[in-house]
Amino acid sequence: MNNTFRRDNRVGWLMAAPALTGLALFIGLPFLLALILSFTNLKLASPLPLTFVGLQHYARILQDPVFLRALLNNLLFAVVVVPLQTGCALLLALLVNRKLPGMVVFRTLFFLPVIFPFALISVVWMLLYAPGPNGVINSVLELLTFGFWQPQDFLHNQYLALPAIMVVSIWQGAGFQMIVYLAGLQDISEELYEAARLDGANSWQQFWYVTFPCLRNTTLFVVSVTTILSFRLFDQVQIMTKGGPLNATATVVFEAVRAAFERQQIARGSAMTVVFFIIVLCLTVFQRRMVSEDRRVG
Amino acid sequence: MRKILLTLFLAATALLYAAPILFMVYSSFKPDNEVLVGLTSGRFFAADLSWQNYADVFHRVSFGRYLFNSLFITLSVVLLGLVVNSLAGYAFARLHWFGHKALFGLVLALMIIPFEAIAVPMFYQMSYLGWRDSYLVQILPFVANAFSIYLFYTFFIGLPREFEEAARVDGAGTFRIFTSLILPNSKPAFASVTILTFLMQWGTFLWPLMVTSGERVRPLPVAVAQFQTLPPLQWGDIMAFGVMMVAPVMVIFLLFQRWFVAGIAATGTKG
Repeated sequence: MNNTFRRDNRVGWLMAAPALTGLALFIGLPFLLALILSFTNLKLASPLPLTFVGLQHYARILQDPVFLRALLNNLLFAVVVVPLQTGCALLLALLVNRKLPGMVVFRTLFFLPVIFPFALISVVWMLLYAPGPNGVINSVLELLTFGFWQPQDFLHNQYLALPAIMVVSIWQGAGFQMIVYLAGLQDISEELYEAARLDGANSWQQFWYVTFPCLRNTTLFVVSVTTILSFRLFDQVQIMTKGGPLNATATVVFEAVRAAFERQQIARGSAMTVVFFIIVLCLTVFQRRMVSEDRRVG
Repeated sequence: MRKILLTLFLAATALLYAAPILFMVYSSFKPDNEVLVGLTSGRFFAADLSWQNYADVFHRVSFGRYLFNSLFITLSVVLLGLVVNSLAGYAFARLHWFGHKALFGLVLALMIIPFEAIAVPMFYQMSYLGWRDSYLVQILPFVANAFSIYLFYTFFIGLPREFEEAARVDGAGTFRIFTSLILPNSKPAFASVTILTFLMQWGTFLWPLMVTSGERVRPLPVAVAQFQTLPPLQWGDIMAFGVMMVAPVMVIFLLFQRWFVAGIAATGTKG
């Protein structure tokens, strides 16, 4: 046994070392740097000597109306997108979870947007949202309302820009969550449905008393992942609106990148990054706690 | 009868859902000035289709260069990642070495950190090292991946131990066992990690936006965003760029679809 350990010890370290080194240098180190730098006055190409400024950046960003607006936008985004996207995903999963001819094709079509890069999705939807009566979405809405719809410039309207990005995200992400739900649905034992039918449950009752409770952990997972994604929002904003109009679509990550990248304020950007991470951490801990509670009960 | 109605309903929903993508493909064959016409004008479905936009893309920007950059970066990250992360996954799943439990806990904890949370300090780190605007800066940081290690770990731990023990008795070393016994039996794990890494890397936007400053090492996602702002605004060309950009992912997706779905399902049930 001692011999096994000695052999394993050397080989184990050897096998894990490349990955561990990579993680330490490119996740661990920058993560620590974010914490440390957020307490300094670091700016790229700044003549000032590096000094420790304590919580100054945190105090400033939490009073900065643009950053607070960005936090609010992320929150709004999550509040709207999470339930809608989760609902759409569950609906799609229920729809495609049957044996019909061509089902593979339908699943693939619903899933297709997931494999598209955000950057491309954003560019395509900029065209769909084109202002004027010839824009695709404008002309569809005009058709649906029998001509009552007044053409809008969605991405330059401070009330419509954020909802416009929300629609894109829901459309793009629902297929991914659909697959997660589909796996959850297929894990539910057929016996449960048979028992429910014996008790005289109709299909709605079967869904409400069998399907939905069995999908509790899947739903928790989908909801927390989508919430975290809402706070990570960047690509669409950068490409479609640049945070505008009037910061209506600014997000936390967008502001952090803008500070660091456009204004060279590494320290300030790092502080925003830390705030962002604390939000993600809270969401993750919350999800894990909910799931493990369920396991203890079950 | 009910089945037919349901199938028709599903077909209609699926087509509507895929409409933006179909629109992109259709527009890529239209003359630039015909892309933006109202659905009701009657001209929407009556354009002369041609490959002109595709030729224009190559005239207007170095599409070939961007494509090469994206392929080179993505394939490097995928291949190096498969080696590095599968080795680590195996070491955590099967070998008893000093600190393996604590370090695995740490790897799981790192999975929580999204890239956005380290982009800014890493930008500083790479500027300091003078690595900006290179392939290296787009490849090396993304090779080791906590989530890939975790996927490999869960797969390896589910493999039966008997084979390995038999091979041990026959005197095979750990590396031999890994390459000749574990690898051939782990195709699903490798396929899942391949496609997840490929997709993530192919679409990556924030990091190359920050660290690349010219077309030399710039990948497709940043290039398409830039192409959209390049005057004159020609939507047909932009859509053709998009179709060509997504074609390689489609190929990978269709080849690996089965494992892809399995990989996603695993994130939901095990995460």
